[in-house]
Amino acid sequence: MTRSLRPFFDFFASRPVALIGLVYLVVIIVAALGANALVPYPPEQIEPVNRLSPPSWEHWFGTDHFGRDTFSRVIYGSRLALLIGVGVVSFALATGVPIGILSALFPRLGRVLMRMVDVMMAFPSLLMALGLIVILGQSVVNAILAIGMVYLTTTARITYGVSLRLREETYVEAASSMGASTLWVIRKHMLPNMISPLLVQASFVFAFAQLGAASLDFLGLGAPPEIPSWGNMLAESRIYITRAPWLLFYPGLMIVLTAFSLNLVGDALRDRMDPRFREMLGNKGR
Amino acid sequence: MLIYILRRTGAALATLAAASVVIFIFIHLIPGDPIYVMLGDEATPEQVEALRTRLGLDRSLPVQYFYWVGNVLQGDLGTSIFFQEPVTRIILDGAETSLLLATVTMVWIVLLGVPVGVLAATRHGTWIDQGLSGVAMLLASIPTFWVGLYLILIFAATLGWLPSSGYPSVFEEGGISNLRYLLLPSLTLAAPNAALILRLTRASMLDVAKEDYVRTARSKGIRPRRVVTRHILRNALLAVVSAFGFTFAALISEAVVTETVFALPGIGRMVVQSILRRDYPVIQGVILVIVCLYLVINLLVDISYRFLDPRVELE
Repeated sequence: MTRSLRPFFDFFASRPVALIGLVYLVVIIVAALGANALVPYPPEQIEPVNRLSPPSWEHWFGTDHFGRDTFSRVIYGSRLALLIGVGVVSFALATGVPIGILSALFPRLGRVLMRMVDVMMAFPSLLMALGLIVILGQSVVNAILAIGMVYLTTTARITYGVSLRLREETYVEAASSMGASTLWVIRKHMLPNMISPLLVQASFVFAFAQLGAASLDFLGLGAPPEIPSWGNMLAESRIYITRAPWLLFYPGLMIVLTAFSLNLVGDALRDRMDPRFREMLGNKGR
Repeated sequence: MLIYILRRTGAALATLAAASVVIFIFIHLIPGDPIYVMLGDEATPEQVEALRTRLGLDRSLPVQYFYWVGNVLQGDLGTSIFFQEPVTRIILDGAETSLLLATVTMVWIVLLGVPVGVLAATRHGTWIDQGLSGVAMLLASIPTFWVGLYLILIFAATLGWLPSSGYPSVFEEGGISNLRYLLLPSLTLAAPNAALILRLTRASMLDVAKEDYVRTARSKGIRPRRVVTRHILRNALLAVVSAFGFTFAALISEAVVTETVFALPGIGRMVVQSILRRDYPVIQGVILVIVCLYLVINLLVDISYRFLDPRVELE
């Protein structure tokens, strides 16, 4: 273990609940990467004889209306969950962080950009995502973009707030007065000091992206139906809820556990953070 | 104060104007020609052109925009392509369901979120606090439709206590007892939002508890209970009450999924269906109204905040 990771692990050791969340996330990552080797049946394999069968030794989580193995599909679903999460977080950071930093460093530009962020925030987030999906078309990438646009605004706001404070720091002023270029200040002073608030924001965005993607899937506007995502599994099994209530249980539980774990980790990281930045990061995320 | 109100109102109007442009552009980016949606694929080119001219869709976009805004200012949001009815009429039809659902949900949020948040804060650091905060975080991590589906399974399909879907107006037969149709949807919608209010109440109480005047009150020998109710709670609720405004505005649009699960005739479900039907005027109208509602509530919250808390600077 390298020295720099040491405090990180010590910290999680002192927060058992957050540690459980972290362990769960590692399990999900392993499940997603090793899905091919882990699942007992291919996720698309149809067994019409066994349709809607309850959980058993052969089918741990039961089977759906085509007789497909729910356990295998749930494991495969973790791939899409991670893809959506990583995609949305990357998009939100890649767009929100530059907007926030530039707005703080160049107040005139900032007034325009932050005004635009305000306008975007006036739109109800789920409706905005739905509208974008309809314009862009239905696909996994577009689901990521649509949800990512929603969190672009919150990420830009937080980065802006943090940057405004960092700009006033003595070491930033000192660097600027000694002739350091803006790029240098951003790279050497602003970004490194932003890592922990952005990490907290990223974990909350990751969590809410799961719920947003599930809602889109449920409304039939998320991942294309042939992809086994947890939200699609719920949407497809919805009409069988009285005949096979277990069908909806496991995919839903996976969404809950994933979002919950990320929230736990985010919360723990926030508690450890510089108190000046803590107040900017509400667990609102929507 | 007056200057402050005028400035904030001006800013809100500017945001609204910008939002209207964004809505207009977005709507016209939606692929698919509404004329074909209306007439079907077998329409002759002459019919298509005639209707296009009649609806004004053949004019340039800026002209169409100003035409639309001009009508909106006169209270005319256009005519639904699908229903052939005024959009205002359609919004009013859905408004009862949406507003009542949001109101009942707000009642749950206030009744559950605030007292439990106060309890967690007064037991700060104990297992009660940790347990309640954990439950709140769990509730905020659950997809609402999942909760809704299982509530339907338990209380409607299995026990038969409550209806599973639909909502007849309280003005129709059944009267006020029709509110029982909103019980399960409102609980579904309340769960994650009550959790957020709980966390906010708790955090806000803990913040205020650090203030000097709280320490002074304690050292004066005021009973701890009274310090909590008089000094901490009163000030902490300021932030919480202002969050109620945003929550209410958010509930109208967040209800999209819940309205779909429970087949409620609200505004949210109307938007989703209109998006799928390419019913431009309805989408435009509803989103404009929701954005407007959000901005008005935002404005009222900001202004009342400065009335309630004179310490807040007037910039």
